[in-house]
Amino acid sequence: MPKPHDMGGEPNDEPIDQSDHQKMDWEMRADALHQVLGQKGIRRTDEMRRAMESLDPDLYRSLSYYERWTAALELLMVEKGFLTSDEIDRKVTQLNQGAN
Amino acid sequence: MSESHDGEHVHPESGEELSLYARRAQAIEALLVEKGVCSTGEVDRMMNMVESRSPSDGAKVVAHAWSDPEFKARLLADPRSALTEIGYSLPDTTPHLAVVENTEQVHHMVVCTLCSCYPRALLGRPPDWYKSFAYRSRAVVDPRGVMREFGLELADSVEVQVLDSTADLRYLVLPRRPTGTENLSEAELAKLVSRDCMIGVTDPHVPEGVAAS
Repeated sequence: MPKPHDMGGEPNDEPIDQSDHQKMDWEMRADALHQVLGQKGIRRTDEMRRAMESLDPDLYRSLSYYERWTAALELLMVEKGFLTSDEIDRKVTQLNQGAN
Repeated sequence: MSESHDGEHVHPESGEELSLYARRAQAIEALLVEKGVCSTGEVDRMMNMVESRSPSDGAKVVAHAWSDPEFKARLLADPRSALTEIGYSLPDTTPHLAVVENTEQVHHMVVCTLCSCYPRALLGRPPDWYKSFAYRSRAVVDPRGVMREFGLELADSVEVQVLDSTADLRYLVLPRRPTGTENLSEAELAKLVSRDCMIGVTDPHVPEGVAAS
């Protein structure tokens, strides 16, 4: 079974939707954060690809582009020991509280 | 994703999904900043840098190659050093770039079937359609059908080469210079070069009255 990202040549008769969505602020920041980590040698594209390709196939297909990036970056940062998932959970809670 | 999140959020509603991941992205950035891995300023500056890149950079390169055959030869042979000549120095971390020339015989079209690899240094962020499942699936089996959707009907005699980008190798298509543009300046030529023709899904479009009859 090919992994979910390996979609070249897959049957697909959808027309190409040529419209572009306006990037949200968090998407632009996530994009920039990736590039910054890349320049520091902390995150390589092949590592990101591998992390993204290891996502659950249903999850992979259901997430938007930068959501996939975020899921993969979390995986990679935890794997490399920069962050823990608990820490991220706590920070999410803190940010949610701050927003209310 | 951690185990605890995978299970809960495999099929969420898209609205909730977005805020969930937006928050996680913010949390990851905040923690990396707290730990001194990177700074907010670095992310801000990178965001501005990414925003400043656009297909007009690639278009200038193409127009220069059309106007200067020797530069074109150098661009095709060694893009990185040729780009340096005209003020585009690619950072060392930029993946290898190959420039491929469309001719009367061969038309190139670029895809990244596995993800979204793209010559961002010259074209900016890829358009949404480049990252779409439809494009990634169809480009390699029905390139002519895809091009037709972008308004390009290629003659059967033209060979189509589809190039699949990788994490380490990106492609820029050097489109064919349209006929009747011999008298145009480089700046005028650059205006004819769209993002999509540097991906190879279409050809440069010459508005009426621009080309010499």
